[in-house]
Amino acid sequence: MSTALLIEQLLNGLQLGVMLFLMAAGLTLIFGVMGLINLAHGSFYMAGAFACATVAAATGSFWIGLIASLITAAAAGAIVEMAVIRRLYERDHLDQVLATFALILIFSEGTRWLFGSFPLYLDIPPLLQGAVPLPGGGQYQLYRLAIIGVGIVVAIGLYLLISRTRLGMRIRAGESDREMIAALGVDISTLYTVVFALGAALAGLAGALVGALQSVQVGMGEPVLILAFVVIVIGGIGSIKGALFGAVLVGVVDTMGRFLLPQALMLVLPPSQTALISGALASMLIYIVMALILAFRPTGLFAAQP
Amino acid sequence: MKNVLATGLIGLSLLVSGHAYAEPVKIGVITTLSGGGAGLGIDMRDAFTLAIKQSGNKDIELVIEDDAQKPELAVQIAEKMIQSDKVDLMTGIIWSNLAMAVVPNAVAQDVIYLSPNAGPSALAGANCHPNYFNVAYQNDNFHEAMGQYANQDYKNTFILAPNYPAGKDSLTGFKRFYKGELAGEVYTQVGQTDYAAEIAQIRASGADSVFFFLPGGMGIAFMKQYAQSGVDIPVMGPGFSFSQDVLPAVGDAALGVKNSATWAKDLDNEASREFVEAFQSEYNRLPSIYAAQSWDTANLILSALSKASVQDKEAFRAALKEADFDSVRGEFKFNTNNHPVQNVYIREVVKEDDVLTNTIVGTAFEDHKDAYAEQCNMQ
Repeated sequence: MSTALLIEQLLNGLQLGVMLFLMAAGLTLIFGVMGLINLAHGSFYMAGAFACATVAAATGSFWIGLIASLITAAAAGAIVEMAVIRRLYERDHLDQVLATFALILIFSEGTRWLFGSFPLYLDIPPLLQGAVPLPGGGQYQLYRLAIIGVGIVVAIGLYLLISRTRLGMRIRAGESDREMIAALGVDISTLYTVVFALGAALAGLAGALVGALQSVQVGMGEPVLILAFVVIVIGGIGSIKGALFGAVLVGVVDTMGRFLLPQALMLVLPPSQTALISGALASMLIYIVMALILAFRPTGLFAAQP
Repeated sequence: MKNVLATGLIGLSLLVSGHAYAEPVKIGVITTLSGGGAGLGIDMRDAFTLAIKQSGNKDIELVIEDDAQKPELAVQIAEKMIQSDKVDLMTGIIWSNLAMAVVPNAVAQDVIYLSPNAGPSALAGANCHPNYFNVAYQNDNFHEAMGQYANQDYKNTFILAPNYPAGKDSLTGFKRFYKGELAGEVYTQVGQTDYAAEIAQIRASGADSVFFFLPGGMGIAFMKQYAQSGVDIPVMGPGFSFSQDVLPAVGDAALGVKNSATWAKDLDNEASREFVEAFQSEYNRLPSIYAAQSWDTANLILSALSKASVQDKEAFRAALKEADFDSVRGEFKFNTNNHPVQNVYIREVVKEDDVLTNTIVGTAFEDHKDAYAEQCNMQ
């Protein structure tokens, strides 16, 4: 195993982590501010990918598609918040789960109705095709590096937004005491709509970025949603910092597990069994990590609220 | 007088219905019409209903239900079809895990099941059943063909499949005929969408070729990422990842890839030409291998219905087993375990007028039989 391969796999893990962060940030923000469990978050991811693929196919430009994905996902988020989610804040979590699960089904079948059942095509833009050399003789795909870059920019942007702006102040206030900031005269329902649309836009951005790497199809959001929930549980529900650390941890553990486990098992097991056993173990690894973290830190690594 | 009239009428009506040769036939179709795998089920349904419609047979009633690719839902639908719809025949299931959940139970209740796609090894060997007909293939077949083909050019292949029964059948099938070395053998997660880690391993493994079986969205993701990564080791795989339903989403990354299947739209026979033309004019798209297999399934049923009544199970099974229909795959007959004996071809992805499709470039097997037929004790 060469250093170049190791660095490449670490970058792969980081890239997966960054993509998960874009999903998890919105999810954890919405939970932290509104106390809402939003299962339909994966649908915004799908909406972003479909918007990007459709607009990119029509205009020939990935970048216009990317802007379209942000607008579509944010608009979808705002509409859903005003039409449905607003009625759920006072209800218990079970009602929220039921209603947002219904939204998944509506979004999925609605997308199928509009776009058909066959996957759409979306390629990475010409500007980001190709690879860059790595120390140690390897090379790494430029587009994946760009995704890592976007993730870092979003993380810094969110940090500045929450710690330096008036909106961020209100978000923090909303997290710590909902009733009080409403009593102080802050227009809480607009704040909720803005936060929800922001979370949805981040999910849409993730969907569009990843759509160029994989297939744009109905139901693409749900597998990512499960991982995003693992991330926010590990990071501490409601904490953006937790989401960032959790996402990178899950991304790196998952990638390195898939890469290193077979090599480690090769030393102790006959080759015929290695592939099957390491395949099974690698898929369990992040859940094992989650269980271990919860055993020692039941509220996650950076819990925002007790 | 009234009574006499009534009795006479009843007698007459009995007489009439007794004479009517074609009693209605109910066919239950369970297939995947929603969720990520819906493209396959929709091709299945469209080809099947088109074949029935074109036959002009008015006595066939179809009961079509969506299983959403969920085994537990498929089981419920099957029970409903058998108990309350009282279907005579069943077909439609795309996925092997769903077939395993539904088929053994259905055939045990004396319903005849015809598989238009899934062919798990567990139903082909010792657990074969007279009521179970597989019109598509045994799961290993396409992979065996690729193993056979790989022997021509390659000596050090990296192989890759998802960790579930059909994935294991796949790599087992490939290795059954492949004689070279393995540069690596990896089982990925079902539903995995990012293959960067595996592609890095392939690059580092020194392989001279890659064989992968990743159905549906997994294959699209893998092919795109593989092409984007700049690794230039040739890839090959079973036809599922290069089928008409996924090619537009894979894009030019698929060009030139060799893959195995029992059919491509340029296969030289009359039935195939008619099928492609009918499908294209009805639905305005090219048919996939799933559509071809379903078209054959419908025509097999129609051929058997013209020979025997579906109420006489014994005679109907015999009529099915004769396989007296014009298959789009050319020569087609049933082996002792009711699985096909057929050719498996090597196809190549090409571009025709800006549309990606497959063309046949060779034959891997002629009259290929599956490896499990010997364990089946049917005649």
